[in-house]
Amino acid sequence: MHAMRRWSVRHARGLEVFYARFERVLVALHPLWKAIGYERLERPVAAIERVVKGLLFDCRMCGQCVLGATGMSCPMNCPKHLRNGPCGGVRADGHCEVQPEMRCVWVEAYAGSQRMVAGRDAIKVVQIAVDWRLEGRSSWLKVARDQGGRARGTRAGPAP
Amino acid sequence: MRLADDRGPGHALPILTGHASSGRLERVLRAGSFAITAELEPPDSADPEEVYRRARVFDGWVDALNATDGSGANCHMSSLAVCALLTRAGYSPVMQISCRDRNRIAIQGDILGGAAMGVCTMLCLTGDGVQAGDHPQAKPVFDLDCMSLLQIGRGMRDEHRFQSGRKLSAAPRVFFGAAANPFGLPFEWHAERLARKVAAGAQFVQTQYCYDVPRLREFLARVEGLGLLGKVFILVGLGPLRSARAGEWLRRNVPGIHIPDAVLERLAGARDQAAEGRKVCIDIIQEVREIQGVSGIHLMAYRQEDAVPEIIERSGALGGRVPWHPGLDRGAPTHEDSADPAPAAASSAAPSRPS
Repeated sequence: MHAMRRWSVRHARGLEVFYARFERVLVALHPLWKAIGYERLERPVAAIERVVKGLLFDCRMCGQCVLGATGMSCPMNCPKHLRNGPCGGVRADGHCEVQPEMRCVWVEAYAGSQRMVAGRDAIKVVQIAVDWRLEGRSSWLKVARDQGGRARGTRAGPAP
Repeated sequence: MRLADDRGPGHALPILTGHASSGRLERVLRAGSFAITAELEPPDSADPEEVYRRARVFDGWVDALNATDGSGANCHMSSLAVCALLTRAGYSPVMQISCRDRNRIAIQGDILGGAAMGVCTMLCLTGDGVQAGDHPQAKPVFDLDCMSLLQIGRGMRDEHRFQSGRKLSAAPRVFFGAAANPFGLPFEWHAERLARKVAAGAQFVQTQYCYDVPRLREFLARVEGLGLLGKVFILVGLGPLRSARAGEWLRRNVPGIHIPDAVLERLAGARDQAAEGRKVCIDIIQEVREIQGVSGIHLMAYRQEDAVPEIIERSGALGGRVPWHPGLDRGAPTHEDSADPAPAAASSAAPSRPS
């Protein structure tokens, strides 16, 4: 939903704070997730993630969330799937060249990033190509597994 | 201008120290000359002669020819094929690669294939959406974007690997470029975006059409503020407007193109609008040539290619330099007459040398 998506960008700072706490819990619970089994959790958690993030961000479930580095504006909603936008074709009114009725995802991303703390610099980082094998899978579990599996206490992941 | 170590078409020039490729465009830029590139409109035809006919228009006026990759999302002869024909004749093409129509498997194959055929310069683009072209019903691919494409291309060249990590037995020796839009919105972010492209591997950029020099200066000031001026060669995109009406259409219908009212008023007030459009273009060339941080120009004279030599000549942009072209050496001594065998040895050693 377009209005909800724009609300999230307006509240990028609050979402950033909320997610930072949420991520700490997620990663701290790594031993629990591991005991239950990540693969067993995959479908139910992905389903919850799809509903929550679908509502807030029109999430496309790329499975490798970068919202923390894109001002809480989901780049997979860009018709060109730009993970490093905006393209050169943004309209004078800030709308998309491909879908003129939609605000440019990346114009929104920059606006959101300016309200964030870590997100302000994170948007300047070059994002690597999407790994399409992860499409439909849970980003939350990926973060818990990647960071929980590594040395404890490392925090880097920009990703609600 | 024939280079001392040139053995003619079909033979790669040696790669000089500090250069990524053996290409003529990189040489001209790194030598500090004001470089000129032009866009070659690919034919809707299977006749190679149409490519050569379109290329010959620019003989002696440009350092490299851009082979577009379905520009505007319209179907034409492929950029890889145009480049194959051009390198066969000895031209220096800039192979444009768009992410719209091919995924990473196809694109990496084309980078290798292009380099194998003597393409030394490639331009990494995201590409226009399919809605812009003649096949709006097509499936847009966009597996990569211009930046991930640059990263992958650089990895192939410098680390000798595909994105997958699989090793290449010979790396493509390519000078990589990207597009930049100093007039794009949101205005303040496009210099920042150029910084990311440079970080991803862009060594030169060709910009969107420039009709607003003050805005270009503002952009370059931001670029300089980001410490990019010594790190990337900037070629300013230019093209003659045929009439005020054409300009109005362009700015209304092509997102990302910015034309100030003053330019259109100047055209509308002229008796011969096309001639005035060329004059505007010449004036802008002369102005941008003096700007620090501008390394050259890129002419996109869509359907007015014949006007390009006149525009370059009247602008004085080449400063008397004659860029190399295949016809230049006709009657000149061939490499067999040359007593010095050194360039041949250097050339055969070049492909494996890391940059």
